[in-house]
Amino acid sequence: MAVLVIADRDGDTVRDTTHKTVTAALKLSGDVDILVIGQGSKAAAEAAAKIAGVRKVLLAESGALSHQLAEAVTATVVGLAGSYDAVLSPATTDGKNFMPRIAASLDVAPISDVIEVVSNDTFVRPIYAGNALETVQSSDGKKVITVRPTSFDAAGEGGAAPVETIAGADGGKAAFVSEEMVKSDRPELGAAKIVVSGGRAMGSAEEFQAVMDPLADRLGAAVGASRAAVDAGYAPNDYQVGQTGKVVAPALYIAIGISGAIQHLAGMKDSKVIVAINKDADAPIFQVADYGIVGDYKTVVPELMKALG
Amino acid sequence: MKVLVPVKRVIDYNVKARVKADQTGVDLANVKMSMNPFDEIAVEEAVRMKEGKEHHAAGTATEIVVVSIGVTQAQETIRTALAMGADRGLLIQSDADLEPLAVAKLLKAVVDEEKPDLVLLGKQSIDGDNNAVGQMLAALLDWPQATFAGKIVIGGGKATVTREVDGGLQTLAAALPAVVSVDLRLNTPRYASLPNIMKAKKKEIAVKAVADYGVDTAPRLTVKKVTAPPTRSAGIKVADAAELVSKLKTSGVL
Repeated sequence: MAVLVIADRDGDTVRDTTHKTVTAALKLSGDVDILVIGQGSKAAAEAAAKIAGVRKVLLAESGALSHQLAEAVTATVVGLAGSYDAVLSPATTDGKNFMPRIAASLDVAPISDVIEVVSNDTFVRPIYAGNALETVQSSDGKKVITVRPTSFDAAGEGGAAPVETIAGADGGKAAFVSEEMVKSDRPELGAAKIVVSGGRAMGSAEEFQAVMDPLADRLGAAVGASRAAVDAGYAPNDYQVGQTGKVVAPALYIAIGISGAIQHLAGMKDSKVIVAINKDADAPIFQVADYGIVGDYKTVVPELMKALG
Repeated sequence: MKVLVPVKRVIDYNVKARVKADQTGVDLANVKMSMNPFDEIAVEEAVRMKEGKEHHAAGTATEIVVVSIGVTQAQETIRTALAMGADRGLLIQSDADLEPLAVAKLLKAVVDEEKPDLVLLGKQSIDGDNNAVGQMLAALLDWPQATFAGKIVIGGGKATVTREVDGGLQTLAAALPAVVSVDLRLNTPRYASLPNIMKAKKKEIAVKAVADYGVDTAPRLTVKKVTAPPTRSAGIKVADAAELVSKLKTSGVL
């Protein structure tokens, strides 16, 4: 059994989501190859070759692959799939975009967002935004799997796999127009080690910013929000943590003025340590919080800033 | 432009899913069901395309067909979409919980019949959380795909779609016909007005069976068990921010 891991490329290197996916792949097979996709990816391929336990790295370059467009990625991977029993990718927005397309092209049922590899054909994945865990066994000859990176440790460095250049597919009927990446000193919500989230208690967009931004900057945290705060217009929609927003699992999650509606809890309850600050002692958020402070955020947050020094 | 919007009936997003004691699945008995929130956004966008709201020219969409695959009661979900402004509905009745691959194959058969220019659907359903049907349908049709849309502009024979991706936004131009899956930021769906709810009662919903389409919907995955995630227990209340910071430092997260 051989496994192909599609790398999450970041300029001249690969993100640690790739290392984590390699860990999942090594549970399936000792023969793990990595595919690095995109024009000008030679340095990233060399970085991937250093991941411990990797057999070889395949480098596919073409203009159409520069932006990981699903049509070109699918054509490239389907051409390689004959040599592999499983294809894995981290469950990033890129992976979520092209993996189901690859699966359908191979007439395979994809397995999304795997959090545990039970055996060669059996996997655990969250459903209902993590309110239930489903163990599924696949009868497909080939497996197409996305892996939730936060559920696996990163494979180490120290490998020296050979890099082989292969043909990259041409473009399909969709063309790249532009991209606009957020230039923020703050980490990305989905990948942040600390997340501070605000709720409707803030009362206005100005207050939300005035309270949350300095605290986030002090902690090097990403800012999140409850759906109630987003619906009220206090925070932009891409801040939303919850069943209909982003599912996060940081080392520390600080919920400020958030009551803890079911749909919010679904998006953050896998965080390692949860802190809740709320003036209502009966708020459901305290039922999942490791540390709770009953009090008005207007007094508690300034005190917290002071205590952090 | 004809728009096909697939919608799914799921547990209402405000209801907590509970795992059945025998670990065979999630208990759906006597639970409030609603349209999948992402699908609601897709219906809203299609209706705006028809009405010429926001940046859409009036008549961008000329006909909106809503399709659902599921139990008889999924007609209520279709009816909700009709009340929002869709033109007609199609229910493919199935008591089995079909996998995304089977759903994509059925939708391909519907597309072959209906010949829409655009398939607009939610990026994922909030029950199975697979995030797969749109991409799979695009593959089976050999159409371009634009997933996680935060903005859609139709013109010049293409859909120019701004996608919500990790770390920012990416804009693609997909030649029509295309499959576009929608994300949260695209719009805020309307509540149907009473007159529109009344009008929707007169709109047509065709009912078909899975067998009518002659596609292979056999499951590829066997659900071995469905369990509740490890529960969190409530921790401790601390007196003030100083105590909190010292606890967080002790536990190593700060």
